[in-house]
Amino acid sequence: MTTETTSAPPAVGTRKAARRRSEGSYAAHVGRPGFAWALPATVFFVIFAIAPLVMVAVLSFMSWNGLGSPRFVGMDNWNRVLDDPVMIKSIWLTLLVTVLGVVIQTPLSILLGVWAAGQQRNRAVLSVIYFVPLLLSSTAVSVLWRALLDPNFGIPAQATWLFGDGNLFGKQASAIGVLAFVSTWQFTPFHTLIYQGAARAIPQVLYQAAEIDGAGRCRQFFHITLPQLRNSIITSMILMIVGGLTTFETVLILTQGGPGADTTISAYYMYQKAFKSFDFGAGAAIALVLVVAATIISLIVVRVSGYDKMRSSMEGLS
Amino acid sequence: MRRRPNHLAGVGSVVWLFLVGLPLYVMLVATVQPQSEYTQNGPLSFPHSFTSDNYTGAFGSGFGQYFLNTVVVTVCVVGLVLLLVPPLAFAIIRSRSRITSQVFRLFLLGLAIPAQAVIVPMFYLISKAGLYDNLLGVILPTAAFCLPMSALVLSGAMRDISPELFEAMAMDGATPRRMFFQLVVPLSKGGLSTVVVFSALQAWNGFLFPLVLTQSDSTKVITLGLYNFQTEHGINIPGLLAAVVLSMVPVLLVYLFARRALIQGLMGVGGK
Repeated sequence: MTTETTSAPPAVGTRKAARRRSEGSYAAHVGRPGFAWALPATVFFVIFAIAPLVMVAVLSFMSWNGLGSPRFVGMDNWNRVLDDPVMIKSIWLTLLVTVLGVVIQTPLSILLGVWAAGQQRNRAVLSVIYFVPLLLSSTAVSVLWRALLDPNFGIPAQATWLFGDGNLFGKQASAIGVLAFVSTWQFTPFHTLIYQGAARAIPQVLYQAAEIDGAGRCRQFFHITLPQLRNSIITSMILMIVGGLTTFETVLILTQGGPGADTTISAYYMYQKAFKSFDFGAGAAIALVLVVAATIISLIVVRVSGYDKMRSSMEGLS
Repeated sequence: MRRRPNHLAGVGSVVWLFLVGLPLYVMLVATVQPQSEYTQNGPLSFPHSFTSDNYTGAFGSGFGQYFLNTVVVTVCVVGLVLLLVPPLAFAIIRSRSRITSQVFRLFLLGLAIPAQAVIVPMFYLISKAGLYDNLLGVILPTAAFCLPMSALVLSGAMRDISPELFEAMAMDGATPRRMFFQLVVPLSKGGLSTVVVFSALQAWNGFLFPLVLTQSDSTKVITLGLYNFQTEHGINIPGLLAAVVLSMVPVLLVYLFARRALIQGLMGVGGK
């Protein structure tokens, strides 16, 4: 993997030759599993993941109400979806929620991760509590916060000096604030773990050298820690972007897309279209928009950062 | 090397501790007091009387059944993943056939497919197969979406097995089958436990597939039970929170007894 980019043509040649030699040897042939070993998992995966992904594209050109057989309708779903003001609004809301997630969670999880990477005893104890939100399902997190922020019986009703009328779900700005806050609460521990692992892997000698040169903590952070975390920042950002674009449970349970359609983000709108209005064709079209958007944005992040020319994407995850 | 304490990070960590700890504390306190008291005094006050009614009430409103359904789904998903992934990972690291490396690419691509993107065709597929409102209809897609990460984790673990061991077995004329059972499986226990925890978590916490693929009480899983409880009895907050606590007990137990495997499994969850 690591030598791939630097190897000149002659090196490739010798490697091929080496492989041919080893293929010729007796041991290289014996005990090699054939493709049959991978077949069951592959078939299963194609049926339940790849085929649906292809079908979502096909269904976006069909009309289906959940019963009977889908019927081909050409661009009809697409025309309706792209003309739908709620859909256009949902795209902006999705982008807003995604950007908010990245902007809030990235600095927070870098700071917490770098802090948690230390070896002091109290950090280990505190980290145990820090990571508890990770154990809860998205559903449990959303249900918990819905209860805690209940307009009548929740914390806002008790702390009106801070929350005004106490109904955080009644206005668009505060409802989006709630969504961003709950995602932060839920996902920051995960990204903190990524940065904790990566920060532990930074060679101490870099800090020792910086200390000798008289660099302060701030300069060390910006000139050693951050550049060394580069790969993890990209990994974590891609996960945040894909997660943000597909935000669903939090909206379904916390705001039901409201007030009005003010927090109806695309994934939730897709669910409404398909499973509440039984317009599965439109649902499929929205789903396809989401997949394409997530893929394009991830590819852009990877390209812009030059990540594709670097090491394994699992770097810093262990 | 001695470094002076980082006060800024210290303050930040305390703030975060408060943000995480307070809701969890409020949740636990709410579940042990009568509903009327919670409604009257609000979430931030200390309870005056204690009760276990909320927990027994949660079981009474069907959570026993939901719990059982979730256990069935989780066990089957883990079983399926354990049946499918080890041979796949073995083929990925040892097979010389070109198609196997293409297959690995396919699974890597699968890492990027969000479940939300496929629920419409999945609903079509499952209902045409006659599996709508059937636990099997939840198990199959859930297991399929565990495969990419499991394959990645397990093939990574298997790559750490020294090639000399394979060669030594090959010298003895071992078949792939013997290598798999006597060498690969015993030496990738760490990876296997990560895969088990990862897929169990996915199944236990899964919501989207049960939401669109089941409807009756007899097939409800615990996350869906929470959602329904919230929409139907949203006013009974102590009862609702008791159900939330019950839903996380098994995960909490794993956290206490197998923290390392759990954290590694969680890292595979990928912020879903």
